[in-house]
Amino acid sequence: MVTSSQILSTLHMIDREKLDVRTITMGISLFGCVSDNEDRLCQKVYDHIARTAQNLVRVGEEIEREIGVPIVNKRISVTPAALISGGVTHPVKLAKALDRAARATGVNFIGGYSALVQKGMTAADRRLMDSIPEALSETEFLCSSINIGSTRAGIDMDAVRLMGQIVKDTAQRTAEAGGLGCAKLVVFCNAVEDNPFMAGAFHGPGEGDCAVSVGVSGPGVVKCALEAVRGQPFDEVAETIKRTAFRITRVGQLVAREASRRLNVPFGIVDLSLAPTPSVGDSVAAILEEMGLESCGTHGTTAALALLNDAVKKGGVMASSHVGGLSGAFIPVSEDIGMIAAAERGALTLDKLEAMTCVCSVGLDMIAIPGDTTAETISAIIADEAAIGMINNKTVAVRVIPVPGAQVGDSVEFGGLLGHAPVMPVHPFSSADFIHRGGRIPAPLHSLRN
Amino acid sequence: MPEIRKAVVTVLGIDRKGIIARISAVLYDHNVNILDISQTVMEDYFHMILIADITDCAFDQLSEQLSALGQEMGLQIRVQRSEIFEAMHQV
Repeated sequence: MVTSSQILSTLHMIDREKLDVRTITMGISLFGCVSDNEDRLCQKVYDHIARTAQNLVRVGEEIEREIGVPIVNKRISVTPAALISGGVTHPVKLAKALDRAARATGVNFIGGYSALVQKGMTAADRRLMDSIPEALSETEFLCSSINIGSTRAGIDMDAVRLMGQIVKDTAQRTAEAGGLGCAKLVVFCNAVEDNPFMAGAFHGPGEGDCAVSVGVSGPGVVKCALEAVRGQPFDEVAETIKRTAFRITRVGQLVAREASRRLNVPFGIVDLSLAPTPSVGDSVAAILEEMGLESCGTHGTTAALALLNDAVKKGGVMASSHVGGLSGAFIPVSEDIGMIAAAERGALTLDKLEAMTCVCSVGLDMIAIPGDTTAETISAIIADEAAIGMINNKTVAVRVIPVPGAQVGDSVEFGGLLGHAPVMPVHPFSSADFIHRGGRIPAPLHSLRN
Repeated sequence: MPEIRKAVVTVLGIDRKGIIARISAVLYDHNVNILDISQTVMEDYFHMILIADITDCAFDQLSEQLSALGQEMGLQIRVQRSEIFEAMHQV
């Protein structure tokens, strides 16, 4: 039996260190809904999701009450919509059907308005991509993601060029909310098929009919654990993070197992992530600063993040029977109060963030940039990030928000878990000729590694 | 043999008469057996951890009644399934 001090330490983690489970995500395959009739497809999609996920929120809340740990989000991910929309002329209808299904089931988000175009775009992919700005501005719960590159296929630079414009248009269409539509749009390289985190979640074509996955969190718990080893060598830092990550992940595994049993749906994976929130004491940047950096973003930040990311995986992997998703430390700027402060004091730049994404999950995330940033510059940001993912065989993503009307020095408020973000500068020099070349960047060689 | 479901009840607050009596009464009303109990009083603060067999009880109702009692007595009373503590502290 556990001891009194262990019970008290768990309660302390929940009350003071903001231990929570970030999400239970139900992945649902929509291949069975395919139809050559647009309205019929939309109806089948709605019916199938509403029926399959009808108990998800109730069961999530039940588990939350019984174990006493907050489960912040309940979400749905579905088969990439482009794969089932060959017979659809107006994909926005499908977007609205997905949104209605999310509303009916009471979930926080539904992800999977997605296309996988790393090697090329089908007509359905193209229709879906073109519809993203309209779809995201006319729905409430829908999230969209596009995979534009992979280590095996290289980078589809035509898709990269398009996505720069699509990000711009999405920001324009949601201008009155600070370009909020872009917070629900992720551009991936090496996207994973079982990611439970938004906005990039989709239920990959290699998945089964249905699965529940859990995303854990807990930057505050790691930060507090490191306070006890202040000044000690990195060996001790790594061990402390591993022990803490193990405990956090065990909570995720327990929740995943219970949700799977009660919903009678197979368990998918636990995603071992440190996902920050904008509240005080729940920051990944604060962990890096606890290691001895005056501010996140200064020299040493990449090394600190590399250690953190690796130790989280090492500690977490033993605590769960199946690990997957994005597993690693997230560095979304607007969702992390320490990152926001570092950006505001000028310590954290876009270039440093790009370097940090080489050693952590997932990419340039929730970064506000000036509204007059050109589509080509956004495409070039995406291309740089995709190159890091392609060469290093890792998942990377870009979720930037060109805030309409905003300049460097302004701050934009997204609200809730999305937080607020200082508008960060981008390079003023043009990448337009580079982006307009089009074509594909070939898949890389994986020997002669230097 | 049917599996026993256990819960951990934790109580924290200013010490006063009748805390254990009132909580035990709620547990008894919900058909809960007390398996273990430990309490400490440091200065004026009362602190109790109680392990209960909740196999034959409706968890949500028990939880609601205990937190209502907590509000009435000015205490923080929580009931959680024991699996959360076992998962975090046992390999």
